[in-house]
Amino acid sequence: MYNVNEKGYYGEFGGAFIPEMLYPNVEHLRQRYLEIMAEPSFKEEFDQLLKDYVGRPSPLYFAKRLSQKYNTKIYLKREDLNHTGAHKINNTIGQILMAKRLGKKRIIAETGAGQHGVATATVCALMGIVCIVYMGEIDIARQAPNVARMKMLGAEVRPALSGSKTLKDATNEAIRDWINNPVDTHYIIGSAIGPHPYPDMVTRFQSIISEEIKWQLKEKEGKENPDYVVACVGGGSNAAGAFYHYLHEEKVGLIAVEAAGKGIDTGQSAATSILGKVGIIHGCKTLLMQTDDGQITEPYSISAGLDYPGVGPMHAHLCTSGRGEFISITDDEAMQAGLMLTKLEGIIPAIESSHAFAIFENRKFNPDDVVVVSLSGRGDKDLQNYIDYFKL
Amino acid sequence: MNSIQRKLQADQKLLSIYFTAGYPKLNDTVQIIQDLEKNGVDMIEIGLPFSDPLADGPTIQESSTTALKNGMTTEILFDQLKDIRKSVSIPLIIMGYFNPMFQYGMETFCKKCEEIGINGLIIPDLPLDVYQEDYESIFKKHGLLNVFLITPQTSDARIRQIDEASDGFIYMVSSASTTGTKEGFGSEQQEYFNRIASLKLKNPQIVGFGISNSDTFKQATSHAKGAIIGSAFIKHVSKNGVTKLDSFVKGIRA
Repeated sequence: MYNVNEKGYYGEFGGAFIPEMLYPNVEHLRQRYLEIMAEPSFKEEFDQLLKDYVGRPSPLYFAKRLSQKYNTKIYLKREDLNHTGAHKINNTIGQILMAKRLGKKRIIAETGAGQHGVATATVCALMGIVCIVYMGEIDIARQAPNVARMKMLGAEVRPALSGSKTLKDATNEAIRDWINNPVDTHYIIGSAIGPHPYPDMVTRFQSIISEEIKWQLKEKEGKENPDYVVACVGGGSNAAGAFYHYLHEEKVGLIAVEAAGKGIDTGQSAATSILGKVGIIHGCKTLLMQTDDGQITEPYSISAGLDYPGVGPMHAHLCTSGRGEFISITDDEAMQAGLMLTKLEGIIPAIESSHAFAIFENRKFNPDDVVVVSLSGRGDKDLQNYIDYFKL
Repeated sequence: MNSIQRKLQADQKLLSIYFTAGYPKLNDTVQIIQDLEKNGVDMIEIGLPFSDPLADGPTIQESSTTALKNGMTTEILFDQLKDIRKSVSIPLIIMGYFNPMFQYGMETFCKKCEEIGINGLIIPDLPLDVYQEDYESIFKKHGLLNVFLITPQTSDARIRQIDEASDGFIYMVSSASTTGTKEGFGSEQQEYFNRIASLKLKNPQIVGFGISNSDTFKQATSHAKGAIIGSAFIKHVSKNGVTKLDSFVKGIRA
């Protein structure tokens, strides 16, 4: 009931609201994706690459000093240790194998901070496939190291010059590219968003996160289920993967952490669950930040990975159904939490992930609660932000 | 009979023009419509601007961004159009993305269209199945035709399905592209035009995308009932404002 139904919906959210130009590609993918994912050769190749290339399983680490500080039991799911530095690679490995089996010769992707762009350029280099990454002109300027990485990996980085020149517009440009190149191209969407079957496909590729948490926690705690799973949510792919195998374990609390930016009421926020209304963005019906007139508004967060005006349809459903608990964290709270984790555990988190750690200041847990936090990415890419913020 | 259906029965090839409402100036809407009719245009698509027009190339994107900056909203557009039927009789279609209409409320939106005298809607990102399940009855109640798109990649089976669901015309996208991206037609288009002609659909087709002058207009209409010009017209008003519409239209019909 929290998974996608046969028509591509999570409750009232999801679907495929796409122009007819995209219908043949999206429909072909919809008809094939489950069947391809179930092929033994696909599974074998996917599992092997996750193990030998990405470095999975990622550790489930008991954060002793963090647990002492907040008087509860906190485990970190170390997606930051994956190759390329975040959970994004789980999905791009899956989708590049999918694209090959669909006979596609050219890959396009959108990226905000550049993490998904790097993860896509990486798998394209690995497979020797042409890669074009759309990135907002403004993001290109503020994420220079990731732009350089993508170029080294052989990808062409095309600036999105339309609209606000950030992630939303990069996604528009990637979709337009797909309309113009419908035959040979596969679009690797980086989050649990977009028209059905993308949210479900991305979620399934990311579900390795909760699949591992289950057996890892069993080893450490003697039980598969924690009391809570916590993850940050922009589009929501790391949260979708971390929640997936717990969706129907109603005793496991699912906590989604959104970016409040400078504050919910400041007009500079990305807290979609609070500020959004039902609408259509990038091919799916979901909660979406927009004007009364239905124009999509520009979100804001210090973290480029959470800076998206919508949220994946699965999360919209978790939010409105009450299955998920949504908490929003400001820039300042997130930055302080990032520094706190660094000092206590010797781990510099991506600012996206820092949002998830900030909840412990206000959200109380019992001393015997087991709380698993998805540490979705490492902070290397954010060093300049940390330097500027803390005047290091 | 809907006035679009009446127009489709006429002998001549139809010239339809798309423009973005609120562009180049917020209040140009009525004058553009009146002048186009005066100059012999057969049908008009009034573009309701959207912040994220996925199927559009740079020209229509920019016109939409400007229109929104000029302050265009759904309510203002309806207000501008409230007396349009006192001066204009050709078929009028509103073309826009689904979200602004969805926020307005589809029932209210359609009711308002009926009151004004709008004859149909083109909503590129409202899929066929959702339309049939949730909105067809509303469209019918308010006398609005829904126009679907097909492309060179659309399968024959899907085209038949769309033909079945349509009762006006089919918007035949000339090539795999966003609007205003490609100009002119090659052998691929000829094949596609022939394929569609051989399907003998019940609805006539009007070709859009890639038509910008009398040559492309002739090519498109040699196989289809009419053609739609969008980006080329936007470029014209962008350069000239709402003037010389007569020479623009004459240039196409030449």
